[in-house]
Amino acid sequence: MKEKTILSSKDLERKTTRIVHEILEDNNDINDIAIVGIKTRGEYLGRRITEKLNSIENKNIPFGTLDITLYRDDLRNNLILPELKETDIPFNVENKTIILVDDVLFTGRTIRAAIDAVMDFGRPAIIKLAVLIDRGLRELPIQADYIGLSIETASTQKIKVFLKEKDKKDKVVLLNNNGI
Amino acid sequence: MEFKRKNIISIAELSADEILHILDTASSMKEVTSRNMKKVPTLKGITVVNLFFEPSTRTRSSFEIAEKRLSADILNFTSSQSSVVKGESLSDTAKNLESMGASIIVMRHSMSGAPWVLARETSASIINAGDGRHEHPSQSLLDLFTIRQVKGEIKNLNVLIVGDILNSRVARSNIHGLLKLGAKIKLVGPGSLVPDYFEQPGVKIFYNLEKALENADVIIMLRVQKERKSLEYFPSIREYSRFYGLTGEKLKIAKNDVTIMHPGPINRGVEMTSEVADDSRSVILDQVTNGIAVRMAMLYLSASWRSNNL
Repeated sequence: MKEKTILSSKDLERKTTRIVHEILEDNNDINDIAIVGIKTRGEYLGRRITEKLNSIENKNIPFGTLDITLYRDDLRNNLILPELKETDIPFNVENKTIILVDDVLFTGRTIRAAIDAVMDFGRPAIIKLAVLIDRGLRELPIQADYIGLSIETASTQKIKVFLKEKDKKDKVVLLNNNGI
Repeated sequence: MEFKRKNIISIAELSADEILHILDTASSMKEVTSRNMKKVPTLKGITVVNLFFEPSTRTRSSFEIAEKRLSADILNFTSSQSSVVKGESLSDTAKNLESMGASIIVMRHSMSGAPWVLARETSASIINAGDGRHEHPSQSLLDLFTIRQVKGEIKNLNVLIVGDILNSRVARSNIHGLLKLGAKIKLVGPGSLVPDYFEQPGVKIFYNLEKALENADVIIMLRVQKERKSLEYFPSIREYSRFYGLTGEKLKIAKNDVTIMHPGPINRGVEMTSEVADDSRSVILDQVTNGIAVRMAMLYLSASWRSNNL
């Protein structure tokens, strides 16, 4: 398997910072915003984004985490389910602008499930999506509002995101499955 | 870890890791049950049958709520209203339910081992909701969940089980579960209801409640089971309650932060006084609440086994 780094630690930091500034530019009232990270790596990215927003705006923006396992559509489709983790939305989503954060946007199924999950907590005014990598190949009509890096991939390729909080380093690599 | 079981029939056959995996999954389910909107779409389109050959209110309603919270389609069978009265055998009942598309069967039966018979006859997953005097895994798992919630860890706790051990499937399941998770167990009750054969490494038998209460971290009171003829094993309810009923006075012997549990329904004034049942250290109602989350976990893990293996 061939491995190519598409984001270094420094790139990753810059992309996240840019997403933060785009969020600020795009949303007039920062007080309406709440960040929700999708487990596992979206949680860490979401936390980083929230901290940056807080330090720039000197605010305390609500942050929550979402485990979408219970909302997946593959329990009936023979796919190995990941372990169930805890969801924690410690604020009222009613009338908020929820910004979902995930590491990679691929088929769109995870985001579909996440939107359903958020809706179960109430009726947000707006739901937006921020992702570090958009790799294309959507299976649902879903798009991101804030994107760190867009990259064309083949379905045989894999994207691996490493984040310090879990993987001891910050890096994104593209794995080529050369006909194997 | 991946849960590798089609059926959940006994605690005896589960490993400590499997038990902890169910309890961890139940923690996530508990978050769902604490939301305003308590329903998730996880088991949408999956049919669950509650097959109850023995009267039950608590366990059946708890399973039913758990199934509803996970969006399953539910079919309730009770023996008094079903074809069993007309003479149908257990295996025919199972095959019929399977033909109706049942994926999971939650079963209670007065015969020990009945769920195994059913499991052999059907490709549906069987969850044992209590079989005779054998096991009651969902009750034991919710007890373990509740103890873990209050005490943090189960290892090295002194757990006292009081009452009709002989006829109790709750006691049998709990003895297996507690030992696997490293607790030390004391059993206490009239000699006729606490047979010697329960004694094993980690389990001590007492006939005197006051003595057994020393150093207790957790007390699990068992119900006097009139339907299982508990009453034939001692002279009178009054005598039983004098020797083995838990009172505020006797409770002082246990540790200050002792946790009081009971699988319900309580016979107030028999197993314990109202003072004890309503004491701040009693977690009897927490057990009921936790029961839903634990049962959701059992249903979810069975369903995910099915999606991975069938």
